[in-house]
Amino acid sequence: MFNLAGYGPQLLSGTVTTVELSLLSLFLSFVIGLIGASAKLSRNRPARFIATLYTTLIRGVPDLVLMLLIFYSLQIWINNFTDWLDTLQNAVDFELQLDPFTSGAITLGFIYGAYFTETFRGAFLAVPKGQMEAARAFGMRPFLAFRRVLFPQMMRYALPGLGNNWQVILKATALVSIIGLSDVVKAAQAAGQATFRTFFFICIAGAVYLLLTSLSNGVLLLLERRYMTGVRQAVL
Amino acid sequence: MIYILEHYWRAFLYTDGYQMTGLAMTLWLLVISCAIGFCLALPLAILRNAKNPLLWGPVWLYGFIFRGTPLYVQLLLIYTGVYGLHFVRETPFLAGFFRSALNCTLLSFALNTGAYTTEIFYGAIRDTAFGEVEAGRAFGMSRAMLYRRIIIPSALRRALPMYSNEVILMLHATTLAFTATVPDILKIANDAYTATYAPFDAFGLAALIYLCISFALIYLFRRAEARFLAHLAV
Repeated sequence: MFNLAGYGPQLLSGTVTTVELSLLSLFLSFVIGLIGASAKLSRNRPARFIATLYTTLIRGVPDLVLMLLIFYSLQIWINNFTDWLDTLQNAVDFELQLDPFTSGAITLGFIYGAYFTETFRGAFLAVPKGQMEAARAFGMRPFLAFRRVLFPQMMRYALPGLGNNWQVILKATALVSIIGLSDVVKAAQAAGQATFRTFFFICIAGAVYLLLTSLSNGVLLLLERRYMTGVRQAVL
Repeated sequence: MIYILEHYWRAFLYTDGYQMTGLAMTLWLLVISCAIGFCLALPLAILRNAKNPLLWGPVWLYGFIFRGTPLYVQLLLIYTGVYGLHFVRETPFLAGFFRSALNCTLLSFALNTGAYTTEIFYGAIRDTAFGEVEAGRAFGMSRAMLYRRIIIPSALRRALPMYSNEVILMLHATTLAFTATVPDILKIANDAYTATYAPFDAFGLAALIYLCISFALIYLFRRAEARFLAHLAV
């Protein structure tokens, strides 16, 4: 019954690709989210406008459409750019080829950065203003105050939203197999087509995702406990 | 861009001459899957609130599986996996049903959104104010009447903001239909792209249409909230 027909290693390496891609996209969107949230809350009008435009447009368009748009266009833009570089210094023939993994990570990071921006914005607003004022009064530079005072407190409010976004990213990596990444879904499809047991192999891919989402739920619970230190909860 | 607009505007909006495509197809997918998901979610959410583990256990498992795996995997399972099973191919009714890409897509979308909607309604029913139920009991309402007249109307209203989010996400999820050859907006955009090799124009046009639908939905839900949640406004 539980016979992988020799496709075990492929499924495993596909799973590793899925996890790597999710982690890389998480990192990218985390950074973009922090920048975006800072821009949205800043006093700089153009920065606010650009950040608002970014989150509104990205969150209004399906991720698959954006993925195809960016995946196919990015390569053309890069080609144009390198061609332009070549005309500048026609000595070297400079070329850059994007693989599905890189463009998948860039695309997912760019898309989910918009969702992270909104999560972080809410979390930043939830931290009492006096905290930052006190940090500044101690003579901390803005970055130090951010790192020591704002960030640890903000994370507590952001965590539930972050956990949600992480699960969405994890599940969105399945879409990247559509643009040709050999992740766990692709491996399962290949195995299913070769052995005529598609149902079984797709179920395996589903089980891998279930395992990953359950696992990350556990990690999230631990993280939540970590960032809850020093907070007294009301007992109802 | 002009070329794509000239040659594909009809396909993008409603038909390619043979079948319903583009915007019409996307909206059809959205409405049908949300309608089935809603009808599925309401009874399941009530069961999920039951005290008996035999009642809420299966519903929890359904939610766990369908919310823990990507919709793309579910679609693949139903579209390519189920038809490969022997007993499905040998039962004429099942074979006929699962051979159609549109049926498979609608089934997987409905099951997926049903799982998320169940969770939303479950939370809303669970958080019904104690006093509302108490008042209903004091009037001598039976359990069924209590649900029909008090709990469900109140819970559905409170679930509206979350539910509107789910509908928008479902709109975004309908793009997956194109992987099952259902001619929705993205499929037309992909056709236009393969014909012209202008990815930014083709997919950008699709993105614009989706953006318009998203904004229209947000507007409609905001109107609905103003009407149905008026009693909760501060």
